[in-house]
Amino acid sequence: MENLAGLSVVSLREMYRKRAVRPVEVVTAYLERIERINPTIKAFLHVFAKDALSQARALEKEDPEGRPLYGIPVAVKDNICTRGLPTTCASKILEHYRPPYDATVVDRLHDAGAVIMGKTNMDEFAMGSSTENSAFEITKNPWNEDYAPGGSSGGSAAAVAGGIAPAALGSDTGGSIRQPASLCGVVGLKGTYGRVSRYGLVAFASSLDQIGPITRDVMDCAIVMGVISGRDPFDATSIPEPAPDLTADIKKGLRGLRIAIPRDLDTWELEDSVRDAAVGTVDILKDEGAETERVDLPGMETSIACYYILANAEASSNLARYDGVKYGLRARSDSLIEMYEQTRGEGFGEEVKRRILLGTYVLSAGYYDAYYSKAQQVKALICDGFEKIFTRFDLIVLPTSPTPAFQIGEKIDDPIAMYLSDIFTTPANIAGLPAISIPAGVSPEGLPIGMQLIAGAGREATLLRGALGLEKVYRFREQFSPDIEKR
Amino acid sequence: MNDIRFEPVIGLEVHAQLLTESKIYCSCSTTFGAEPNTQVCPVCLGLPGALPVLNHEAVSMAIMMGLASHCRISPQSVFARKNYFYPDCPKNYQISMYDRPLCEDGYIELEMKGTTRRIGIERVHLEDDAGKLIHDESGSSLVDFNRCGVPLIEIVSKPDIRAPEEAGSYLTRLRQIVRYLGICDGNMEEGSLRCDVNISLRPEGSRKLGTKTEIKNLNSFKAVEMGIRFEIERQVAVLREGGTIAQVTNLWDENQKCLVMMRTKEYAHDYRYFPEPDLLPLSVDEAWINEVRGSIPELPLERERRFQADYGLSHYDAAVLCAEKGVADYYEAVVRGAGDPKVSSNWVMRDVLEQLKASGITIENFPVPPEELGELLKLVLGGVVSGTAGRNVFKEMVKSGEGAGVVVKRLGLQQISESGELERWIEEVLSENSKEVERYRAGKKQLFGFFVGQVMKKSSGRANPKLTGDMLKKRLED
Repeated sequence: MENLAGLSVVSLREMYRKRAVRPVEVVTAYLERIERINPTIKAFLHVFAKDALSQARALEKEDPEGRPLYGIPVAVKDNICTRGLPTTCASKILEHYRPPYDATVVDRLHDAGAVIMGKTNMDEFAMGSSTENSAFEITKNPWNEDYAPGGSSGGSAAAVAGGIAPAALGSDTGGSIRQPASLCGVVGLKGTYGRVSRYGLVAFASSLDQIGPITRDVMDCAIVMGVISGRDPFDATSIPEPAPDLTADIKKGLRGLRIAIPRDLDTWELEDSVRDAAVGTVDILKDEGAETERVDLPGMETSIACYYILANAEASSNLARYDGVKYGLRARSDSLIEMYEQTRGEGFGEEVKRRILLGTYVLSAGYYDAYYSKAQQVKALICDGFEKIFTRFDLIVLPTSPTPAFQIGEKIDDPIAMYLSDIFTTPANIAGLPAISIPAGVSPEGLPIGMQLIAGAGREATLLRGALGLEKVYRFREQFSPDIEKR
Repeated sequence: MNDIRFEPVIGLEVHAQLLTESKIYCSCSTTFGAEPNTQVCPVCLGLPGALPVLNHEAVSMAIMMGLASHCRISPQSVFARKNYFYPDCPKNYQISMYDRPLCEDGYIELEMKGTTRRIGIERVHLEDDAGKLIHDESGSSLVDFNRCGVPLIEIVSKPDIRAPEEAGSYLTRLRQIVRYLGICDGNMEEGSLRCDVNISLRPEGSRKLGTKTEIKNLNSFKAVEMGIRFEIERQVAVLREGGTIAQVTNLWDENQKCLVMMRTKEYAHDYRYFPEPDLLPLSVDEAWINEVRGSIPELPLERERRFQADYGLSHYDAAVLCAEKGVADYYEAVVRGAGDPKVSSNWVMRDVLEQLKASGITIENFPVPPEELGELLKLVLGGVVSGTAGRNVFKEMVKSGEGAGVVVKRLGLQQISESGELERWIEEVLSENSKEVERYRAGKKQLFGFFVGQVMKKSSGRANPKLTGDMLKKRLED
């Protein structure tokens, strides 16, 4: 088979439609490419070669009709349960864990005919913005191997950017899909809270977590999102209404969209290349006939603090179950308390421990009101602020991250600096809004820059329409690609 | 110090396992006694990624309890995580309710020594049960998660209870109510009803509350009353010596029948409650409340009062008959057949309840249906069979499960009122007991009953006692 690296979901679908390729052929070619490229970029933690091939073989006997992802290889973040197959969350504490069930999104991928190629690296339990907090390996940014891919879904973003998977799933709690998508020059979408089932997503912060697609372009993103969206009776927080048709109006363009531009865009501490991309985007929007207006964005000063209180509080509770009693790592010891302490002491990495401690603290008697309660009030204010904006606007546009990719090791010893890289992504999680990152250009160092769109609750279709409109003007794919694609 | 009298201030926290078919947050079965870890799934095992989904039948049952205890049902309540590490709790948090419970601010009425007392209900909320630890001889422990996720309601009383006996009758009433509602089997030994107690003392007349202590693991009515009595005695002794009460949790030791200190306040848990993000706030509208209200049967207290008013029963008889809904239902069905509430209550209280006690079966499995007992009583009341014969018939009905009419016919126990037959037995009795006849005629009139008894014996209890008496009197006075 020809070089697969540049193939999108749409082009693969077209090849299947023309019967130019068969699933076994495609899957074999991707497995070969993974074998060749993954040792360099380390996007995958586990490759399910045997299972992928047998799935592909089974698909060959089936009708592609009604299967939107027929024969499409998909990489899945390692915090999404795959029955009988490793699901480690990149943590030593789950190193040998095999869940007895598939996540709802995995079921839906299978039903749509997708082939799950393996599980991708991430920051341990999705806690981090660089994928350096993995207990197992350091993922490289396919655009430059000295740089981090971002995180926590860094493995999924790097797999798509490196052309070893046409599509991937990530999870986004404070930007963990959009930020690595931005840093790796791919598209990443987080839907409205509740749009995609969380059943089978190993919880980090339950009120913020959402699974979403990472793809090469906006159309692919809409296709994968369409497959995984929709009500799930196993997730009480899933949106009861049926998911909207994401492709019907996607090509309507930017004309007529009312788009809010952050008033402080020019004064924010942004790297120049990011500011240039943002300013350029404002011009594009005007040229394309969108109505733009400057507004004050809610939560720009408060969302990081609010996010790290709420997310860590929930995390401290969600991660309590890893105690050595039932599954995962168990440290040998003589007493129950010692077993708890040693198992968790050995099993969790630094960042996870830091967040469990912070989360435990903010929920403790005497501190709850000052931290957790206060953060809930701030959250309500941020939600109100966005709601007001979306009575007048269809979309907000802003950078995904204040900088392009940073070097591996650059921020790992400075947690606050790392946390601040989430400044533009956390508000959408706090308000439960759909948001997407799309590649807009590259920095002078040749690193991708992502722009972010946020839409009102339930408005994924508008979000994707805006994203496709911008993508057409950015012409990113046509102009830029990492060298590794040619390998 | 020694002459100060103390008043105990007692509150009960009762956990009742709900009789839903499936668990509260997943669809696993709640059947008791299955092989360990066979009634489990990713949700109740708390596996990574699994999420709870609320069982609405459990909510209806909790609302039922709320209504039965005159609580306000919150239009919106919130599930909260209670965080603590224990191996029987697979997520290391329990999904309970905290500052916004489902039911609040009600009461339960008790009748003690002729007076009515209202014990306030602070709240009724829903939560999931934990698994069970099994400690083996080798010193290691095993966990059975079958019970994990069985729905519980926690019923928290206000500190309105003032004596161990009052706690006992509150708990009895509570158990009666949950059984009437059919939401819990009330079995304390199997742990489907569990009770924790809070106790503090204060000088009589004082309004200020003292430091409270807690007793856990009280798994019988006797344990509840004994535990409270012991704790009151302990606290009184400490206070009389001028000491202060420490905020401790005691465990009831069922084998030793004593209290064992479990932990002091310094080791008290900080449960770090916060709203459960995996479940939406629970909304209960008027329609749901009304639907539940419509399914609530007449409750024990109302029924006791109605039995006294409508059937002319004593308070005691009404209370005995209403203790179990099944017995009260049975009694009313007997009354419908027999027509006489007093005779019916005598028979149900003496004969039926005695049989139940002796055989250890429940009223639901009792072989004599109430309609048949009613039929029998109609025969007795109508003079078709005598009272004595009736008791024999009843015993036979219990044994064979046959109807009253069938047994009476089979045993030939219809009362005999035919004078020819009676005359023959009377003649026989008089000739066999000529000495007694002489003594009777000489003035020893007390012997009359003896003659009647002899005739009854000859007739195997079938002789109509009234007619026999009349005929005997006539014959003896001749």
